[in-house]
Amino acid sequence: MSLKTPLGRVLGLGSAKEGTDHWWAQRVSAVALILLGSWFVISMLRLESMTYLDVIRFIGVPLNAVLLSLLSLTLAYHSYLGVQVVIEDYVHASATKVVSLLLSRFAHVFVAIAAVYAILVIGIGS
Amino acid sequence: MSNSGRPLSPHLSIYRWPITMVLSILHRMTGVAMSIGLLVLVAWLMQAAAGPEAYLRFTASMSTVVGKLFLVGWSFAFFFHAANGIRHLAWDTGRGFDKSSANGSAWIVVGFAAIATAAFWWLAT
Repeated sequence: MSLKTPLGRVLGLGSAKEGTDHWWAQRVSAVALILLGSWFVISMLRLESMTYLDVIRFIGVPLNAVLLSLLSLTLAYHSYLGVQVVIEDYVHASATKVVSLLLSRFAHVFVAIAAVYAILVIGIGS
Repeated sequence: MSNSGRPLSPHLSIYRWPITMVLSILHRMTGVAMSIGLLVLVAWLMQAAAGPEAYLRFTASMSTVVGKLFLVGWSFAFFFHAANGIRHLAWDTGRGFDKSSANGSAWIVVGFAAIATAAFWWLAT
């Protein structure tokens, strides 16, 4: 006999109340990064040079700006999910753990905003 | 370990590392390395947005020997983590867990990461 309520069983969220959300989000962002990462590698190889003018011209193309923004946001998200697991696995003192998780979240949000802002500035400026 | 003096079961330092174990920890290490690399990727974009002089300072620092070593390291981390990530996605379907498949796919990942890193820098330069 199960001691779970019928509602708890049908929701399947477990004791952490989030079910497989974290695991699934990591997989979905991983699949997105296979596509976006491949695009980025090929784009970098096709770039004439890494000089200022060539890079600005590349980011100035609307499709490149959109894909680069998506890449940055997905990287930040996937990186956040991964670093979170690493901290939870290795940092056991609760104060240190909470502070590390908080700093990681702030840093990842900063990185995401900074990337999109920079791409917008370049895109609008060129 | 706080309760010293008590017998411990054999741990990491005792075993000869199988290839699957090496790849498991490498997946994590390359992931963390790329989380740090993400800061450099964003610095690249921010310096490009800041203008030609700031951008030149950025490319100059990445063109040093240390900078290039980091870039090569991050490219290897990318190819490795991507290939091993696909290996993980295949495992998620419940396939490839027997010993010979796990060892075989491990060597494919290592081979791909090495060749892709070499090819990338050969094509890039």
